[in-house]
Amino acid sequence: MLPQLVRRLGLMLFTVWGAVSLTFVILRLAPGDQATVQLGPEATAADVAALRTELGLDRPMFTQYLDYLGGAMTGDFGESYRFRDSAMTIILDRFPATVVLALTATALALTVGLILGILAGRSPGRLADRVISGITLVMQAIPPFWSGIMLILLMALTLRLLPSAGSGDLEHLVLPAVTLAIPFAALIARITRSSVAEVTAEPYIQTARSKGLSERAVLSRHAIRNSVIPVVTMVSLHIGTLMGGAVIVEQVFAWEGVGSLLVSAVGNRDYAIVQGATVLFAIVVVTMNLLADVLNARLDPRIRAGVTS
Amino acid sequence: MTAMGLVHDATVPVPVRTGRSRVRRVVGAIPIGIFGLYVVAAVLGPLFVDYSPVGGDLADRLLAPGSVTSDGGTAVFGTDALGRDLFGQVLYGARTSVLIGTLVVLFSGLVGITVGTVAGYRGGTTDLLASRVIDVLLAFPGILLAIVIAGVFDRSLAIVVIALSVTNWIGFARLSRSMAMTLRERDWVKSATVMGVRRGRIIARHILPFIAGPTLALATIEFAGAILAEAALSFLGLGLPSASVSWGQTIASGKEYLASAWWIAAIPGTALAVLVICVGFTGDRLTRHFGRQQ
Repeated sequence: MLPQLVRRLGLMLFTVWGAVSLTFVILRLAPGDQATVQLGPEATAADVAALRTELGLDRPMFTQYLDYLGGAMTGDFGESYRFRDSAMTIILDRFPATVVLALTATALALTVGLILGILAGRSPGRLADRVISGITLVMQAIPPFWSGIMLILLMALTLRLLPSAGSGDLEHLVLPAVTLAIPFAALIARITRSSVAEVTAEPYIQTARSKGLSERAVLSRHAIRNSVIPVVTMVSLHIGTLMGGAVIVEQVFAWEGVGSLLVSAVGNRDYAIVQGATVLFAIVVVTMNLLADVLNARLDPRIRAGVTS
Repeated sequence: MTAMGLVHDATVPVPVRTGRSRVRRVVGAIPIGIFGLYVVAAVLGPLFVDYSPVGGDLADRLLAPGSVTSDGGTAVFGTDALGRDLFGQVLYGARTSVLIGTLVVLFSGLVGITVGTVAGYRGGTTDLLASRVIDVLLAFPGILLAIVIAGVFDRSLAIVVIALSVTNWIGFARLSRSMAMTLRERDWVKSATVMGVRRGRIIARHILPFIAGPTLALATIEFAGAILAEAALSFLGLGLPSASVSWGQTIASGKEYLASAWWIAAIPGTALAVLVICVGFTGDRLTRHFGRQQ
């Protein structure tokens, strides 16, 4: 396990470096650098040149890149021109809200997804399976920004049960978390379904049944435990999709997390924030994938021993 | 029924099942039919229905679905805050969605299949390089990279297509890579190699034809994904220039009038969801079809 872990860590560092560099390249390719964007179309050439010197944008590209890379390693992405503060301070200030939203949505999605997936997977082809498959397909097809708006229409404007936007307390958390959880729950349900269906067809399940175990015991002691491993793998691979969804959901509900911060920074061309937030999201995704690998190794003795199935 | 028929029935219990499977086949074809209708509406609809994003009569603003407009017509889907017909917006939005979805799938499919096939067939350093690039791109959460690219560049069709293709090609690359890796070891490919057939020709004649089917199934699913992503981008105001019509844009504008005119956000969203569901069904069927073949 240890050499594998070291290899994984190396790959992870490489990936983060790639993500950091790609962000740099995209923002440098964009028309108009931070100086022209910041000063607007009325600025004189002299003003732009002065700000460019101040921001270090007149230096050779490679020097700028090394400087940026060095800053990125210490979490320094420069100063946000709109907030007049260190970009990383602002981003980290908003980060807990995003974590709370993502974790709540994951917990919701896991609960609903696992239940639906097990119900469908234990009797493949039966009515329950087909109904659940239909429901999950619909849940995956509904864009989060729209289901969010429809939930606002229903729960906030028509039934007046929950606030429509804002962030902070539990009341504000419900709608964004549900919105974000819907497609994720569908995904988990579909993966769980096929995994449970596959495991239930294994000979040892037949053995368990033929030795007279109740269906409940067969499921809980033998089938589900073994079905969880692919679910953990697939779910970890889709953490990125969840975080991407969070960006949009935050925007819909004016939830004050990193996602809505990033979208407004893109709109305002506040490059320091864009760089910092993008890199933070990439680090979160890569770290979650690594954690999932470790968790998988704990769940599956075959992986722990380095046997590839 | 003849005796022969009875004997036939007794040995092969087909007839009852064909009845049921025929029903199932017809029901299964409905999503494909609806998908086809969308494509037809997207291509031909704008020829029959006039709609202009700058047109619209303020006297007709926020009319409920089915209302009569000031020029005597009926607004089937209602009107928006500027008095523009929502039916026209949904129809022209379908054109935008189908156009962008098609362009993204064509572009990213071309890139993905090329990279995947070459990486899978050649292996070694080429494969390693492609895998690392994919790793880096997958580190960005879903639509995030598209948001950043579409946001910092000037808005245009090309930028939207590129922004959505940046991560969309990965699915095609992974599929064709894994298939090329197994196909490389098959006898007919080895024979061709021994006979001295050039590498490009082997890929084109002996590998690509086998990748085509599953790729078509994947393309359908990626098409749905591209449509959803385009709608999300234009919802955030980062899609096509505002002169064009897009479902995401209409939904975003409808969010402000949610309390008084629910239809502005609800109807284009329903159109979008129904399209994605039908494309998803079609993709699932194609996947099962090509999965069985292999």
